[in-house]
Amino acid sequence: MNVLQLSNDLNTYLVMGALLFAIGVYGMVRRRTFIGMLISAELVLSGASVNFMAFNRFQASGPVVGQVFTLFIMAIAAAEAAIALSIIIAVYRNYRSIDADDVADLKG
Amino acid sequence: MSPSLFTAEGLSGLLFLGFIAITLAGALIATHSARLIRSVAGLALCFLGVAGLYYYLGSPFVALMQLLIYVGAVCVTIIFAVMLAENAGSARAIRRKASVAIFSVLACGVLACALVELAVKTCWTPVTAVAGAGAPGSVEDIGKSLLTTYSMSFELISVVLLVAIIGSLVLARSGRTKS
Repeated sequence: MNVLQLSNDLNTYLVMGALLFAIGVYGMVRRRTFIGMLISAELVLSGASVNFMAFNRFQASGPVVGQVFTLFIMAIAAAEAAIALSIIIAVYRNYRSIDADDVADLKG
Repeated sequence: MSPSLFTAEGLSGLLFLGFIAITLAGALIATHSARLIRSVAGLALCFLGVAGLYYYLGSPFVALMQLLIYVGAVCVTIIFAVMLAENAGSARAIRRKASVAIFSVLACGVLACALVELAVKTCWTPVTAVAGAGAPGSVEDIGKSLLTTYSMSFELISVVLLVAIIGSLVLARSGRTKS
C-alpha cells in the first residue's frame, strides 16, 4: 500500500476517527475548565462523524445515509454548544470562574 | 502500481496527508494549549482538516457545511464565550497531579489502540454489493432524501434548534439585571 494512496482506504478514515475520539476523551479528562471540556466534546463528535462518512463512502447500501446523519450530528452539536455556552455564562456570573473544581457547592 | 509524486494522483495523496496532519495537529493543540483561546484556534484547525477528509470522501457539500457550521458558527460562539468568561490572568498551568496526567495518557492511549485494532482487524464487508458503491450521493440526492425519507427527523431537528435558541437566551439572561 503506497502512502500516497491512503485516501482510497477505509482503514485510514477509521483510524482517524478513532484518534480524534481518543484525543477528545483525553482532553475531557485533562481539561479543568468547562469551555475546554466543551471543545473536547466537539472533537469526540467529529470523530464519530468521520466514521459515519467513511462507512457512507465505502460500505453503505444507500449512498446518502451517512451524509444525512453527519448533517444531523452537526445540527445537534450546534444546539449543544449553544446550550452549554449559555450555562457556562450563567455559571461564570454566579461563581466568577469557569473552573470545574470551583463549582463544588454540593460536594459533601 | 504506485503513483509517482508528481502526477495528479501523487499530489492529491500528498494533499490528503497534509489534511491528516492538520487534523491531528489541531486536535493536539486543542487539548494541550494552556490558553483557552489558542485551543479554540486549534479546534478550528482540526475542523478544517476534517472538512478536507470529507472532501476526499466524495461529499463536497458536507465539507462545506462543516466549514460553515463548525468553523464559522461554533468556533466563533466559543470564542465569544471565552472573551466573556475567561479571566485575564487565568493562563495558569494545568495543575493536575503527575500521576493523574500519566494515567489519563495511559488510559486514552489504550482506548486509541483498542479502537484502531478493532477498526483494522475487522473484515468489513459491504451491506449489499450496490452498483453505485464508491459514488456517494450528490447534493440533489441529499436534498431529496432529507425531504422524503428523513423529513420527520428534519422537522424535529428544526424544533430542537428553536428550543435550544430560546433556552440559551433564557439561561444567559437570567440574573443579568441583578448584577
